[in-house]
Amino acid sequence: MKLKKNIATSESGFIFNPATGDSFSGNAMASYILLAIKNGEDEASIKQNILQKYEVGPEQLDRDWEDWIVQLKEANLLELGTYDGK
Amino acid sequence: MTANKYDLCIGVTGLNANDNPGPGVAVIRALKEGLGISVKIIGLSYESLEPGVYMHYLVNKTYQVPYPTAGTESLIERIRHIHKKEGLNMIIPNFDAELFNFIKIAPLLKKMGIKTLLPSIEQLLIRDKVNLAEFGRQNNFDVPADHKLLTEADLKTAAEELNFPLVIKGKFYGATVAYTLNAALNAFHEVGAAWGYPVIAQKYIKGTEINIAGLGNGKGNNISIVPMRKLYITDKGKAWAGVTIEDPALMKLANSFAKATNWNGPYEMEVIKDSEDRLFILEINPRFPAWIYLAAAAGQNQPVSLVKMAMDEEVIPFNEYHAGKLFIRHSWDHVVDISEFQQFSAFGEL
Repeated sequence: MKLKKNIATSESGFIFNPATGDSFSGNAMASYILLAIKNGEDEASIKQNILQKYEVGPEQLDRDWEDWIVQLKEANLLELGTYDGK
Repeated sequence: MTANKYDLCIGVTGLNANDNPGPGVAVIRALKEGLGISVKIIGLSYESLEPGVYMHYLVNKTYQVPYPTAGTESLIERIRHIHKKEGLNMIIPNFDAELFNFIKIAPLLKKMGIKTLLPSIEQLLIRDKVNLAEFGRQNNFDVPADHKLLTEADLKTAAEELNFPLVIKGKFYGATVAYTLNAALNAFHEVGAAWGYPVIAQKYIKGTEINIAGLGNGKGNNISIVPMRKLYITDKGKAWAGVTIEDPALMKLANSFAKATNWNGPYEMEVIKDSEDRLFILEINPRFPAWIYLAAAAGQNQPVSLVKMAMDEEVIPFNEYHAGKLFIRHSWDHVVDISEFQQFSAFGEL
């Protein structure tokens, strides 16, 4: 999974897509995940870190993860073909 | 060059920084920022209440000039008077409606020592709203279908073919999105009375509004291209806030335009990006846009480049700018003494 080139993110969760001018506000978790994606971490590693750090079960995390990916896709922030939705 | 402390004296029109702003004040701001105190700005104003007339921190002196409808004779006569007193090196016209006259008198201005950098009459006409759809067809640009309207019957025919909503546009300015025949008829009469005929009915395209500020070198290339996405749009369709964006498709579009026309000077391309990422050209304005200071703030000072080009200096094309620069326009009550208004109204100089 890869964010589109030049997507700007901030520690506060603000996301700016310079190709379209769209901007979004995310929460602290969004900020953490986006930073991890930008740093090249894979899905399994990010999920593992979340499971260790927060009180959430794997099934709940998977459901929330899928919702999150749908939002990223709708926002046109993911490189096409870089997430197969498994 | 003028025989005083200034290196350059530049006349600028379009000082109407109101809710439907002319580009003049933004152009001057960019010039002042890029050229510093060595530039003297002479405002050229049509009306006494153009705010730029009273912005003495930007405009050194302003002269009233005759409306474009008065013709080239009275314009040149007025400029001759101003030139004698101020020693103009260059004029930057910023209104669509005045460009025809300025292009016509450009050779005479040159003889007087006043430079301009303008498109040709042919270039001006090719992108005219009346000719834009044909220009698009000939050069493979996506332009919304349109109809030229002279009568109410023309409007009814256009509505049948293009369906509602329709965009009703004036020859020079003004655009209204009409959702019913009655609304379209009202807009047709209103726009026609203000700007003359034909009025244009353009097919409405839903999508993201993007404007591109470009500066063509007259040889098929651009010196500068800065695209801006509108973030806040007024009821007159003007950007009240916007952000610079970077999209190779927009650069390609602007470069194709420069190549197709050999455009000389500034232009603004108004574009809609639809849900399938198709870029429709809605208008091409033959001048700087009112938001041109954003281009300067993003790293490409087009007004300064225009001046350098006009002065025959070598200008290297820009190749980068800062995407994500945001502008937010605002209202400001500028207070001056009535005597200034009186002076300008009575004597045409301030």
